[in-house]
This record gives sequence, C-alpha cells and structure tokens, in this order.
Amino acid sequence: MKKTVVTVVGKDSVGIIAKVCTYLANNSVNILDISQTIVNGFFNMMMIVDIEKCSKEFATFASELEQIGEEMSCIIKAQREDIFDKMHRI
Amino acid sequence: MINIHEVLETNDMIEKDNLDVRTITLGISLLNCIDSDLDRLNEKIYNRITTVAKDLVATGKAIETEFGIPIVHKRISVTPIALIGGSACKTPEDYVTIAKTLDRAAKTVGVNFIGGYSALVSKGMTASDELLIRSIPKALACTDFVCSSVNLGSTKTGLNMDAVKLMGEIVHQAAEETKERDSIGCAKLVVFCNAPDDNPFMAGAFHGVTEADEIINVGVSGPGVMRKALESVRGADFGTLCETVKKTAFKITRVGQLVAREASNRLGIPFGIIDLSLAPTPAIGDSIADIFEEMGLQRAGAPGTTVALALLNDQVKKGGVMASCYVGGLSGAFIPVSEDQGMITAVQEGALTLEKLEAMTCVCSVGLDMIAIPGDTKETTISGIIADEMAIGMINQKTTAVRIIPVIGKGVGETVEFGGLLGYAPIMPVNQFDCSDFINRGGRIPAPIHSFKN
Repeated sequence: MKKTVVTVVGKDSVGIIAKVCTYLANNSVNILDISQTIVNGFFNMMMIVDIEKCSKEFATFASELEQIGEEMSCIIKAQREDIFDKMHRI
Repeated sequence: MINIHEVLETNDMIEKDNLDVRTITLGISLLNCIDSDLDRLNEKIYNRITTVAKDLVATGKAIETEFGIPIVHKRISVTPIALIGGSACKTPEDYVTIAKTLDRAAKTVGVNFIGGYSALVSKGMTASDELLIRSIPKALACTDFVCSSVNLGSTKTGLNMDAVKLMGEIVHQAAEETKERDSIGCAKLVVFCNAPDDNPFMAGAFHGVTEADEIINVGVSGPGVMRKALESVRGADFGTLCETVKKTAFKITRVGQLVAREASNRLGIPFGIIDLSLAPTPAIGDSIADIFEEMGLQRAGAPGTTVALALLNDQVKKGGVMASCYVGGLSGAFIPVSEDQGMITAVQEGALTLEKLEAMTCVCSVGLDMIAIPGDTKETTISGIIADEMAIGMINQKTTAVRIIPVIGKGVGETVEFGGLLGYAPIMPVNQFDCSDFINRGGRIPAPIHSFKN
C-alpha cells in the first residue's frame, strides 16, 4: 500500500468531490478515508488514498490533480502520507 | 490514522510560514583524487563530483514533489582542498585552477554552492595550507559557487594567531578582488573555531577527513513556523514558552529526518546527520529577530536578547534531538544580519550593534555572520574581531565563526545589496581603537586548561 494524502482547499461548490473521485477511480486509486471541514469559510477536504495500483508517475498524478483544482478554482495537493505521519506521530 | 487538522497544520506551516528543508548537502571525499600532476588532479576531481552527484538535484526535486515540502538547496561539500592539492599545487594560482574545477562541476550537476575550498590550520599551517589560503581571494573572485572556510582554532589546540592575522589580510583582499560587486567574495568565506566535519550549511560546509567516502547531511529550517507557534502562547510563562519551542522543533526536525532518509535511500548514499538549525531568509516572517519580538522584546538587540536566544537555541536542540537518530553540524539558531529582515531592521534602528551580536554568539550556533562593515576597516582590526570570536568558541567548547564583509568604497550608514538569499545589509560601525600591536605578535595561544580531560 502506498498511502497518499489528497487535500482540496477552496470555495465550496457543486461537484468538487465528484470530480476528484472520478479522476481517482479512472486511475485505479482506492480511497481509504475522506473527511472535510470548513475553516474561515473555505472548504477543506482530505482524502487518504492508496496509489499502489495507479499506473501514473507520482509527479504526473499530482500535477493532473492540481490541474483539476485550477479548473474548479480550488487548490488540490497530493502528498505522500509519511510527511504527516512523521511530523505528528512518534 | 492522520486526521484533517494535522494535515492542515502541516500544510499551513509550509504554505504560510515558510517551512522548508533548507539543504540536502552531499559530502564527497576527494582523498582518492590526490595526484602530483595538477591537470590529472583537476580531471579526477571533476569526474568524481559529477559522477557521485549526478542525480542529487533530480532526487531532491522528486522528494519535494512527493512530500509537498520545498527543499531549498541541493549542495555539495568536499574534503578540504588544502589536503587534496598539496602535492600538485606549487603556487596560489595552481590552487585557483582547482577552485575553477569545483565551480565547473557544481554547474554541471546543477547545485548552487560547493563548499570545501578550505584549510584546517587550528594549530599550524603547512606550506600547502598557506598556499590555499593565499589563493582564496582570487578563487572566490573568479568562481560563482565555490565557498571557502578556514578553521583557525579549537578547544583542543588553542588558537593559531599567525593564521588569524593572515585571515584579516585575506578577508580584506577578498573584498578588494570583488569590490565591483559589493565585495561579495567575503560572503562566501568563513573562518571557524571548532569547525564541525559534517556541517551541511554554507559557506562553512566541508567534508571532514573523519567522514566516509560519501554522506548525506540535511539542514532543517523554520524560523517562521517557530514564530507562528509562539503566537499562540503570548503572555504565558517561560515553561510554556520553552515547551512550545521544543514541540515545534520536534515537528520541523521530523520532516528533515524524513527527507534525509528518502534522499539517502534513493541515492544509495549513507545518511550522516541532521543539522538542527533555525536558518532565516530575507523573506518576511522567516526571521529569528521576529521570534524575539514574538517572545516580548521590542527589537532584536534589546536587553534580554541574549537569554531569549539561549533558551531558543537550547529548546530547539532538545526537541530536535529526539526527532532524529543522528544530529550534528552546527545545530542551533543562526543570527546572520543580511539574511534576516528583522535583524536588518534592528540594526537600522540602532537596537543591534556588533558588540551585542558578539555577546549573542556565546549562546547560539556559529557567530558573527553576514555582517557588513566599512571597507576602510584595518586588516588587523578584522583579525581582532576574528580572534575575539574564536576565543568564545575555544573557551566555551563550541563552534564559532566569522563571516564579515568589509565593503570596499562604502561606509557606515550605507547599504550593501548581495541579492537572493544573501539579502542586504546596512554597514555597521566598528570600534575604531587599534589592536595592531596585539595581532602582530603572532604565534599561538595555548589550549585552555579545561581541554585537558584525559
């Protein structure tokens, strides 16, 4: 399993989750966990996904998600889970 | 499993508070390049660096992308060149050819600095050491990325005052050689007492002779993150303040440890150490001086600054040590003037003087760093400033350094612009009383009594 955290930050609008999930499904990326919250009026979503079966290079995967974010005026980032795990867990 | 608030906290640190990994520095031993023929030596050095470091920059960028953390610099340190060039170099000009080779290799592999144009002369200078030292001004003037350092003393050996005297002259010459560019040569030259073998930070990085063939050292950063964390404990007591610094340092260092491990695995080069340093940049908010202000000082330099720095430095180490399996290098808080907007402001407003900076170096890593002084400062006065700083290192069994820039053609009140991460600096006044007779004595200052621990 190669856990990756996908975060979406921006103004709430219809179809954000749908669009991201469609992209993930099309690339054989399994969603393990989804949570969301509103901070200062901004929509924040986090997904923990498994990119083990994703055929694309990580850099391509991350930049395509970023592109989808731009189309919907929000910021989408994909980062390996380790950075969060190492920082917040002993 | 990680929760959304932890993810947002990390990403806020990166996006809003300038959290980054400051440098991945690849240390390369050049001992196996030694040759008595200068051309062959240069060729071997070039080939060795460009072979070992060929994937360094690409690997650094891939890690940046995957973890979403900026890695600001990818750099190289090499064995002190005075040890490598000894049998081939007969003149300072011969050494300059090696500097050019290092510069060319750095450009080929795409790093932005290469350190190790260095000599270790804490007790005495070999002929080779002296030739290298005398070549430094030219070497720094005709290269872009080469950094130079000289170790002038240690707690174990005392201070080499002949070398201290010589370095006053060399710093001045380095300024003269680059006077058309605001004496920038001196920004790439640092002198040390107790120089560490595994420092990843420039300009003082070199690959010590106690090291293996190749090693990955990582320097972390994060003054902006520290300041932000302290915002949440305004008015709280010192215990709370210290705990907050410690916890934040832990988080910052864990990211450095992760990046170091990844870089080490991907490049197939052993991991050396994490340098736990808070390294400021001229970016707004990425400042050590701002941390002091957040702690409750009106400006860096106000009474209380030395103790504020002492607690900051100590707590950063306490948090950082637990976050990494190997810690080394300089490890502490850097207090460069030109690279820290808050320090620049403090100098401009008259809150921070050279003497206060010297006092602060008693309790933090390194020393007088990126300080611009008038270009007409006497060479012996520069040596005197260096000697004072070396004494602090020798007696306190810590690393101290001086990176001072006598800006030729400029005086107190003027400003010098180095550009990029080197920033800009107001020229600071220097005590005008003379120390020539003292410096001109020459010889060595013996090691202090507490160095005899055997």
